[in-house]
Amino acid sequence: MPKRGGTGLLIRGGLVIDPAQKLEAVRDILLEDGKVKEIGVNLSARTALRAVQCLDAAQTWVVPGLIDMHVHLREPGRQSDETIATGALAAARGGITTVLAMPNTEPPVDNPSSVHFIKAKAASEAVVNVLIAGAATVGQKGERLTEFSRMASAGISAVTDDGRPLLNSELMRRALEYARDCGLPLIDHCEDENLSAGAPVNEGLAATVKGLRGIPWASETVMVLRDIALAELTGAHVHIAHISAAQSVAAVRLAKKRGLPVTAEATPHHFSLCDADIKGYNADFKMNPPLRGENDQEAVLAGLADGTIDAIATDHAPHGPGEKALAMALAPFGVIGLETSLALALTKLVERKILNRRQLVERMSAGPAKILGLKNKGHLKPGADGDITIIDPGVSWKVEAPFASKSRNSPFIGMKLNGRARAAIVGGRVVHAL
Amino acid sequence: MTAKTWDRKDLLGLQELSASEIETILDAAVIFKSSSKISSALSGSTAAFLFSEPSTRTRSSFEVAARRLGAEVLGFSVASSSLLKGESLLDTLRNLEAMGVDYFILRHEHSGVLESLAPNTRASLINAGDGAHEHPTQALLDLFTLREKKKTLKGLKVVIVGDILHSRVARSNIHGLKKLGARVTVCGPSALIPGDIEKLGVAASHDLDAALKGADAVNVLRLQLERQNQNLITSLSDYFESYGLTPARLAAAPGCVVLHPGPINRGVEISSQAADGPNSLILEQVKNGVAVRMAVLSLIGQWRKRNA
Repeated sequence: MPKRGGTGLLIRGGLVIDPAQKLEAVRDILLEDGKVKEIGVNLSARTALRAVQCLDAAQTWVVPGLIDMHVHLREPGRQSDETIATGALAAARGGITTVLAMPNTEPPVDNPSSVHFIKAKAASEAVVNVLIAGAATVGQKGERLTEFSRMASAGISAVTDDGRPLLNSELMRRALEYARDCGLPLIDHCEDENLSAGAPVNEGLAATVKGLRGIPWASETVMVLRDIALAELTGAHVHIAHISAAQSVAAVRLAKKRGLPVTAEATPHHFSLCDADIKGYNADFKMNPPLRGENDQEAVLAGLADGTIDAIATDHAPHGPGEKALAMALAPFGVIGLETSLALALTKLVERKILNRRQLVERMSAGPAKILGLKNKGHLKPGADGDITIIDPGVSWKVEAPFASKSRNSPFIGMKLNGRARAAIVGGRVVHAL
Repeated sequence: MTAKTWDRKDLLGLQELSASEIETILDAAVIFKSSSKISSALSGSTAAFLFSEPSTRTRSSFEVAARRLGAEVLGFSVASSSLLKGESLLDTLRNLEAMGVDYFILRHEHSGVLESLAPNTRASLINAGDGAHEHPTQALLDLFTLREKKKTLKGLKVVIVGDILHSRVARSNIHGLKKLGARVTVCGPSALIPGDIEKLGVAASHDLDAALKGADAVNVLRLQLERQNQNLITSLSDYFESYGLTPARLAAAPGCVVLHPGPINRGVEISSQAADGPNSLILEQVKNGVAVRMAVLSLIGQWRKRNA
């Protein structure tokens, strides 16, 4: 589709959706030197003489590049499941131009050198922007805080012990205080591990019938409520990762009403599936938090609709087929999501009128940009980063291997979805095109 | 006559069986019980046992049943660690299948393992207990014993008391009893009753005396003694105080028969007097177990001949 050209890229005739400019109209966008140069009608007439690459975007939506703020790239340590390079390719294929890499690698990203390592690797190998979250505690052991300031100087965008909660409330308080002082959001994986210990799926009928231990919704909500209290105490921004329980959504809604600095994200699997959808004992349906009840799924949808939930994030968690062939109780938690996230949002949210197009862009781009304090992303004003996702809303496709990801642990394999990314542009460069 | 209504390679659980499939097994078991002699239904075939958990009663019962039907029997106690991976267990199965094993009688500590294996082997799998999921032949012998004693299961009130949360016997019994028209109450402390159990169409109770009122049968589950270390019970004697079956409690339900899948913890979930009392069917259950397992094996054997 793209023609070879100079440093410029002209995206012609697409429906440009940019909530920041209250724009939802057919426009041309000119990118130059990796930035948005201009948005307007019929820019091609004026740029015809210049050396620009042209992209025909008729019948598509042109939106600020999607940002997935919850991604496990597995490098360093588990490159057989994913690498920075393959995770970035999977993101691009899914229309995601920026990812926030979680720090629970082996070893974890808990010091400035590790941050530099990921940055250097990403700069040379990743086709999308890779932002980095630093661990909140050394070795993610929940004992000693990491060096927030030095990691901030090295360029982290958030602090989190994701994969594990910060169980100790005193430690959580101090982590929030330092995060606030460094101007970073603290992302918490809310789970009281005593309540959830040893259980692979949500507590309820599905677990009961299958004879599996259940994780009660309260294991998440007690920590969400605690985090809200500590956000109020410290004034720090706490971001609730992968919110899944109805009562947690209600708690965040109330906290926001009270003006507290609390934000939340939800995953495509939590808004698309519930525990009744788990196929037999297929561990590709095992993730943490687990697929909840139908009422929880409805609450997540309502939270996305009314803005209680600010962002859609995948919690992309690659695991090789050997690990997932284990019995349900033993298989690791986690599913991949980068390549299906946008299509699920289009199919399950936009098509069903849970979200309109503008809200879709807010939850998948503007919202996460705001949470992470990214001034030049999440919108298409002149001067913004030249990150753009071009969406073909009309195409139907079936989720199936091969994936760009090294892993294929997706609960959506075989599902028919409507709409997908036709192209992904990062810093003015086309990194994915169908 | 019965062969026509059985069309399955495996017996994985009672949840997936229809009432008529269950009755087919029970009817076949009636014949095996009345003429518990040698048959040649399975002659020339081989049954292998793969047990990752200890078992004396279920395993011996299956072994007697398979031998009476003329099968060769191959026994394995597989260390649970080598059974951990679904794939390596499948490898074990396929190797034995290549040696000519037709039937696998499997017990595994993790729920759902048989369900993952069954579509990947031509051999027949018979579930001898998987995790807290199902133990279909135990439930079938419970149903058989009750039906024999009470003529029909329709309308019977059956109480299952004890650790429902961890019990595959309870789950298989609930499926079977409901399909055959019985009313079921599960009874135990809240900590041992799994979430949303009522959605299976059973009543849940935390008061054994109330639950036993008007009961036709009570199935007493074995309590694993380590539950007290997990704070799931307060103490064994405290448990017995609330949920132990005694003649005094049984007096409130005249004609109520007593079942127990064994082995019994006397003085924990049931008193000796209740276990050995006039209404106890516990040894009858053991006897019926052989006939029921012969019925299962022979029905699957007939299916294998038809589908050879």
